[in-house]
Amino acid sequence: MARFSGNTEAHTVEHVGANGLLHRRALLRHGAMFAGALGVGAGIKITGAAAEPLVEAPWSLAPGDPVPAYQLPSKFAKNVVRTLSNPDFEPRTSQSRTPHHLLDGTITPNGVFFTIVHDGVPEIDPGVHQLLIHGLVKQPLLFSLETLLRFPLTSRVAFLECGGNSAPLFSPEPVQADVQALHGLVSCAEWTGVKLSTLLEETGVDPRAKWFIAEGADAAHVMRSVPLAKALDDAMIALYQNGEPLMPGNGYPMRLLLPGYEGNMNIKYVRRIKLLPEPAMSYWESQVYTEPLPNGKAYQFYFVNEVKSFITQPSPGRPLQQPGVYEISGIAYSGTGKISRVQVSADGGASWAEAALQEPVLSKAFTRFRMPWRWNGGPAILQSRAWDEAGNAQPTRAQFVAERGELSSVPPLLAFKNHHFNAVVSWAIDSKGAVTHAYA
Amino acid sequence: MRTHKILLLSGVCTFAIGIGAAFGESRNLGRPIAPADMAPWDIDIEPSGAGLPAGSGTSDQGAPIFADNCASCHGDGGRGATTTTSGAPAAPPVVSDMKRSGIDDTTLTIANFWPYAPPLFDYIRRAMPWTSPRSLTDDQVYALTAYILAENKLIDAKQVINAQTLPKVQMPNRNGFIIRFPGSTPHD
Repeated sequence: MARFSGNTEAHTVEHVGANGLLHRRALLRHGAMFAGALGVGAGIKITGAAAEPLVEAPWSLAPGDPVPAYQLPSKFAKNVVRTLSNPDFEPRTSQSRTPHHLLDGTITPNGVFFTIVHDGVPEIDPGVHQLLIHGLVKQPLLFSLETLLRFPLTSRVAFLECGGNSAPLFSPEPVQADVQALHGLVSCAEWTGVKLSTLLEETGVDPRAKWFIAEGADAAHVMRSVPLAKALDDAMIALYQNGEPLMPGNGYPMRLLLPGYEGNMNIKYVRRIKLLPEPAMSYWESQVYTEPLPNGKAYQFYFVNEVKSFITQPSPGRPLQQPGVYEISGIAYSGTGKISRVQVSADGGASWAEAALQEPVLSKAFTRFRMPWRWNGGPAILQSRAWDEAGNAQPTRAQFVAERGELSSVPPLLAFKNHHFNAVVSWAIDSKGAVTHAYA
Repeated sequence: MRTHKILLLSGVCTFAIGIGAAFGESRNLGRPIAPADMAPWDIDIEPSGAGLPAGSGTSDQGAPIFADNCASCHGDGGRGATTTTSGAPAAPPVVSDMKRSGIDDTTLTIANFWPYAPPLFDYIRRAMPWTSPRSLTDDQVYALTAYILAENKLIDAKQVINAQTLPKVQMPNRNGFIIRFPGSTPHD
């Protein structure tokens, strides 16, 4: 991952934070120096043995493979895949987690978009599937996929995060696992579909309606209650994911998209929306997506995935090879709006520096942050913390635990013992460059 | 409703044009449907009991249904003893005297946590058995609901559970919640 290895001169870059955090123009400046150096035949030293003479590789000497109808990643990228919680398909929920430590940018490819299904992935014939909107409406209506495609379609980028993402961090001791295992139940895509408010203009809304339930056509018939205000704001019946029809694990042929709300509410395979005066208190909101608190009460209707960030590189599973300049990079997002600011620390939160936010910064979407860093070969603790445009700050672990508590013992890695963890995450780097999960 | 049905019989197209005139901007792309035709999908049950169907059941009737359809995953008597071949819990216990422990979600049970009883009928009917959801009759679902409530000592063992009695079942943790929405959202 090293962009520049070795002993570039420390005095040529501006330090913006302790323990090697560099000004965000540092890499550009090095790049310019390097280019200039090539031009004049002299310049900064690059460490390592001199390169071998170049040769033609085998793939340069013979025709390649035929082009497939639907392309898959290179066999050399075969580890860039999801991890499966239930590979033998036992009679229980199946999760697959996104390998954030092996991805970059802000859009999650469809093949590695996280999924959770509660009774398998249904194979739905889009010519048979229908969406019913009824309840407290003036006229119940049925919509086919074909009819939905005749409405005005809109596209937006939005992250989706399971309420149980990062649940191992409720542990009283740091669980040693990579970003994929700890934070892999969040992904981000461009979604295209029909706004739910457009369809409600067709059915009309009875003024007594304050909530709606959405229900899936899969065998679990997953049902959630959603405030009607969300339907009239930015809820969408999504038909396309990153430009192609939804993946079966993500709701083909149509799903409810509630930007910023916990994943389970974004009902996949949506077949029914019913407007109601009150929430239905389904199993998923009576038990599962509640958050027991230290005081014996429990949060109900948490809904919003609050402002959060984590570093994807370096991270557990992405060790540092040698001292030198690296880029610290990660993902920030908020279910409330746009990310306004991200700071990075290399000394466990003692000092902080502003990270660069990669454009475009979109509401309720992944924002990629970047920060150049010189690792001097000594111990370091990397952290990121984010703010959103509403002024919400990502809490420190201590702040988070003070409100939400932590578990009394280390949970199994795949357990969901509480939900909606969004505190600062720490990666500890030792003198060998190994990266571990730490609490700091 | 009679007028509605006559309109439907007279032709969906004509009806849709009528709706379009009433709503001005309507695209007339949705198809109207009569309430009776929605019934097979209209399965949500509200905490008030709204939506509960006709029928009834008792714990005695539910015990053999549970043994035949549920115990393979939820354990004998619903006590969650079984594990899958991987060692993972196959399904949570549905009958338990477990106490809540700290902030551990996995110690939440129907008896110590659920605020209302009608969602139990809703969930069994919509999602169970895992291998063949929607295969039980409404009477069987009522009987399973009665069995689980009685085994959890939330109702008397002889109580008949139906659309009138189920919403009246008092759940101990009814007032154990803090509603997070809408205080923390931009949609207040």
